[in-house]
Amino acid sequence: MTGEAVLEAIDVVKELGSGAGKITALKGVSMTLKAGELTLLMGPSGSGKTTLLSILGCIMTPTSGMIRVAGNDTEGQTPEQLARIRRDHIGYIFQSYNLFPTLSALENVRIALDVRGKKGFKAAARAEECLREVGLGHRLKNHPANMSGGEQQRVAVARAIATSPSVILADEPTAALDTTNGQQVMELLARIAKEQNRSVLVVTHDPRTKPYADRTVYIEDGQIVREERRPEGLDAPEIADLTKRRKVHG
Amino acid sequence: MILTLAFRNLFHDRIRLVVTLVGILFSIVLVAVQLGLYLGSSRMITSNIDHTDAELWITTFGAKSFEDGGLLLKSAERHQALATPGVAKVVPLVVSFAEWRKPSGGSTRVVVVGSDPEDGGFEPWGFRNGTWEDVKSPEGVAIDKSYLRELDVTGIGDSAQVGEGRVRVKALTEGIRSFTQSPYVYTTLARARHLLGLDVVAGDATSFFLVKLAPGADLETVRNNLKSRLESAEVLTRDEFRDRSLTTWLFKTGAGVALIGGAFLGLLVGTVIVAQTLYSSTKDHLNEFATLRALGSSSGYIHKVILGQAGLSAVIGYVLGMAIALAVVFASRDTPLPLVMTPWLAVVLFAVTLFMCAISALSAIMKVTKIDPAMVFNR
Repeated sequence: MTGEAVLEAIDVVKELGSGAGKITALKGVSMTLKAGELTLLMGPSGSGKTTLLSILGCIMTPTSGMIRVAGNDTEGQTPEQLARIRRDHIGYIFQSYNLFPTLSALENVRIALDVRGKKGFKAAARAEECLREVGLGHRLKNHPANMSGGEQQRVAVARAIATSPSVILADEPTAALDTTNGQQVMELLARIAKEQNRSVLVVTHDPRTKPYADRTVYIEDGQIVREERRPEGLDAPEIADLTKRRKVHG
Repeated sequence: MILTLAFRNLFHDRIRLVVTLVGILFSIVLVAVQLGLYLGSSRMITSNIDHTDAELWITTFGAKSFEDGGLLLKSAERHQALATPGVAKVVPLVVSFAEWRKPSGGSTRVVVVGSDPEDGGFEPWGFRNGTWEDVKSPEGVAIDKSYLRELDVTGIGDSAQVGEGRVRVKALTEGIRSFTQSPYVYTTLARARHLLGLDVVAGDATSFFLVKLAPGADLETVRNNLKSRLESAEVLTRDEFRDRSLTTWLFKTGAGVALIGGAFLGLLVGTVIVAQTLYSSTKDHLNEFATLRALGSSSGYIHKVILGQAGLSAVIGYVLGMAIALAVVFASRDTPLPLVMTPWLAVVLFAVTLFMCAISALSAIMKVTKIDPAMVFNR
């Protein structure tokens, strides 16, 4: 299962706007996300990171090119069919967490299951299990307003993994967090990729996240310009540790 | 979770919830009052007709209502009717306006109703003091106790002048109101004719003949036979005469239109208020709905959340609105125009409330239908 392509983008072009204001946000992007791998998508503001994430996550459709999610071609799918693909295969983590302020942590995770038709006691048990997995077993009843940014993002991670998606797409998950919380979230995502054999794509321009990546893809002006792979034999925590030590020793 | 989210969204902003509930409450109370008045009026208009057991009514041509029978039918028509196959009984009923001269001076219009219940025609109901046997005694009449003050009498034993004769209150009924606001004065057939001065000029003059069919007789056949025999009269089923009376008083006078119009306006105002608050609530929660969409929810799921909010508002608003409406109904019980609330009307009001809130949710649903899940990245 590890290494299997779960999400593919083939020669994706995306034009935004119309007339004189039309811009080409993506200019023939191709990339593959594999199970068990954490990929970083890095690039400056306006480089097309979020547009690519939206297209990979079937929220936007490409102007041309092809997206294949878990073997399903998304071309010509209706918005409802795309929603079904998201529901069945994709988990999202957002920069601003996008939790429901009126729901508790447990309910915020349960709603992702509810959307997929998973209800009742089993859904509640699964939501609790996911929250315990991200270290929030003691905050089940708390509402987002009573949680720190790091805790809120961990609830969002729990929500994303609750439905066992093939792919988790994270949009700047550490941008609103301090270093400690950012590291915790990245460690969590790296662990999920490895232990649960999921493909995780993190859009970021936070260099602190690099040590956790199996692969880093750089995008500029709507094109992938370079790709780096982590050296074989090192896992994410080791690299993170190495990076920290380098910083300490100048 | 749909209902949980709907409930939380609803109670998240208490002020908006109060506005929504006030809108629904206002609407329910207004619709309940208007329809309650409509029902109350309908009951008043048809109560006398409903308390007969006659299958057919013979009336003069064009008689518009119970009070509008005229006094043009004669014994000849009765005999012709009696001779019709399938007819078991033909019972005369006299109904006519007359002047009630108050004991302390002045007068008021009343409707004198004369019948002989022993013959199986019409009998007043709801006796509280006295019986029909008392009414049969000399000068005896029965009136409703709610009209005592208007008729300037205090109770049993008081007397007054009606038309050509003197009457004495021998029995009191309860709950017999008159839509025309002219109180009914029930008495025997002979005394009614006497009070109306008919015994001198036209002793057999009658407003209606109430026809009881023989066992096994076919209503339509008997009716057609009666029609062909009675050229100067109309033959109506009880329901037809009932409907005609209702149409006359409620729709030809415009009273019913005003009541139904008022109910419709109440509904409209309620719908607008609820629609506005639901729309603004949806706008406030747009990011959450976009998140749901991004998480892969179907649009139907989101619509259910909004409809859930609308439904919860409807239930809470209905309970509060009905409590107030029932209080108003209770307070109106002794007024000349009492409101009526029936289980059927309560069910209709609940259905109307749900419908109103569902319609109100449309604008919010349309807003959310256009939602772009990509907006979750712009926060």
